[in-house]
Amino acid sequence: MSDTAFDTTPVIAPSALKVSDEVAIEISNMNKWYGSFHVLRDIDLTVHRGERIVIAGPSGSGKSTMIRCINRLEEHQSGKIIVDGTELTSDLKNIDKIRSEVGMCFQHFNLFPHLTILENCTLAPIWVRKTPKKEAVETAMHFLEKVKIPDQANKYPGQLSGGQQQRVAIARSLCMKPRIMLFDEPTSALDPEMIKEVLDTMIELAQEGMTMICVTHEMGFARQVANRVIFMDQGQIVEQNEPEEFFNNPRSERTKLFLSQILGH
Amino acid sequence: MTTFTDPPAESFKLSMLVYDTRYRSITFQILALVAVLLLFGWLTMNTAQNLNDLGKEPSFGFLGESAGYDINQRLIDYSSQSTHLRAAFVGLLNTLLVAAMGCATATVIGVIVGVLRLSGNWLVARLMTVYVEIFRNVPVLMWIVLCMAILIEAMPAPSAFRGDNPDATMKLFDTIAITNRGVYIPEPLFSRSLGNLHIGTAFDISINLLAILFVLGVSLWIARDITRRANAKQEATGLRPRTWHTRLAVIVLPTAILLAFLGFHLGYPELKGFNFAGGTYMRNSLIALWLALSLYTAAFIAEIVRAGILAISTGQTEAAAALGLRGNRIMSLVVLPQAMRVIIPPLISQYLNLTKNSSLAIAVGYMDITGTLMGITLNQTGRELETVLLGMLVYLTISLIISGVMNWYNNRVKLVER
Repeated sequence: MSDTAFDTTPVIAPSALKVSDEVAIEISNMNKWYGSFHVLRDIDLTVHRGERIVIAGPSGSGKSTMIRCINRLEEHQSGKIIVDGTELTSDLKNIDKIRSEVGMCFQHFNLFPHLTILENCTLAPIWVRKTPKKEAVETAMHFLEKVKIPDQANKYPGQLSGGQQQRVAIARSLCMKPRIMLFDEPTSALDPEMIKEVLDTMIELAQEGMTMICVTHEMGFARQVANRVIFMDQGQIVEQNEPEEFFNNPRSERTKLFLSQILGH
Repeated sequence: MTTFTDPPAESFKLSMLVYDTRYRSITFQILALVAVLLLFGWLTMNTAQNLNDLGKEPSFGFLGESAGYDINQRLIDYSSQSTHLRAAFVGLLNTLLVAAMGCATATVIGVIVGVLRLSGNWLVARLMTVYVEIFRNVPVLMWIVLCMAILIEAMPAPSAFRGDNPDATMKLFDTIAITNRGVYIPEPLFSRSLGNLHIGTAFDISINLLAILFVLGVSLWIARDITRRANAKQEATGLRPRTWHTRLAVIVLPTAILLAFLGFHLGYPELKGFNFAGGTYMRNSLIALWLALSLYTAAFIAEIVRAGILAISTGQTEAAAALGLRGNRIMSLVVLPQAMRVIIPPLISQYLNLTKNSSLAIAVGYMDITGTLMGITLNQTGRELETVLLGMLVYLTISLIISGVMNWYNNRVKLVER
């Protein structure tokens, strides 16, 4: 794989970028290697408060790795990541601070199977935020109602369907009252019927003004919710634009090829 | 329009006992039961007949006779005039002693080795792999004999401690003497002892020990109460009060005061003539057996612990980390509670194995239940059927108790699914 597999400068439509002036995440010149494999190359990305960003791209393009760098599940080797004014370094205090501001949902939900739904939702508020249990339970029930499964609160994750589990995972993150939410292919492990219930929850969240970065193949969701779509390939940001422009008028050849493949049938 | 009728009543045919799934399993179970009963009946009849021919009536009367042999490592009073029953009991306590010591050290070593084998440090991980592979791939009997040989050959004789410029010195501020005859450690002594409690004529139990256990039990109960209050406070206010110092004080202070009241002091071993006197004497046989069983079983436990931790997907750790939990909390709140359910069932087997492997004690002359009841007592009385039955009963009881306790614990930590 050569460094110049496709040499395009990222195409940016400036009008798409701003929702508010406040910067939530600033990534500049970030690079990451796995051994000698260059996973992320010179990533530059500014996310403003309230923006909903969808990241698309073929598998292995570094989408997941990039958002996992934002809360330090992966370590970047060069460049800068600044989240809410805190720079992500190996300093534990900074990592703690950023992680309590940034919520994350995973492809495989990763609920804690030995705890009930309610305990899943109250674990972090109690041990990290030091919330009184009563208050944590109230918050948890509030968010479980929001994702429409308050009646499952005392069941265990193994007793729920995939869609329900993913909604619990969203509620669990929301219980930490994050200002930014990361979604790593949240619907990829779900049946078509369940995808909708999870997407509905995410749309609702977007309408409330949450800053969201979402790695997904759900292009309908991108059209409906995102105010910017980012296309990545081979560890680089190839193109970013507003959804209408991105889908109707892709500029780079690689994007056109990708779109024709996923929208072609 | 449909009419409902009962399905035609099938007439019962004899072949249905074998071919009909409703009866098949019952038929075979009854056949198996009859076969087993017949086998047992035949064995019992045969044994009784043969014993009768030899002029031996099965009887346990020999247990009341004088044993006539000595046991050098023992936890309770015993002399060669004592009964075979008491000899068996000394052996039982010795089995329990080495099994308990072995399980405890094997668990500690096993957990440490298992975790270190997952370490990112290449050298440490490889060393632990070498340890595991060497110890679990050689029969435990050889480790027992090897440990014994090392202790006898490599340790100094008591005479080496004599003189102005001795070849060997006592360890740990002159409190422990490691010799080729065994290890002498300080013994607990009470200058204002409360004496002994006599149970019947056979057993004495130190009232000091009972008093200490009682006080310690009450302290632990209070400490648990403090923890419970801390939990309640955390639930109410979110802040967990720092309680380890009060808990430590509650556990340590009352016992320390009681010990002072009883005039607790340590009796150190001293070189008297050609050997050490005073202190508690642990024979080489006990130490060799303990060491070998611990190291051998620890190799297996290490693998179990490693497997248990690996069985928890990295997704769990990542989800917990993404929520802002730190490493130690992730371990204690998320990973270990789940790993336990994988670890405990095979861990039970290892405890049982260790307990049963302790019957190899006879190889180094440690007098456990196999050595006393099923060894010397059997040889002296010729009661092989009775002694072996009793011995098996003892091991079975110990094993069932261990697995009962561990299964109870396992049920408490297992996962709920569906």
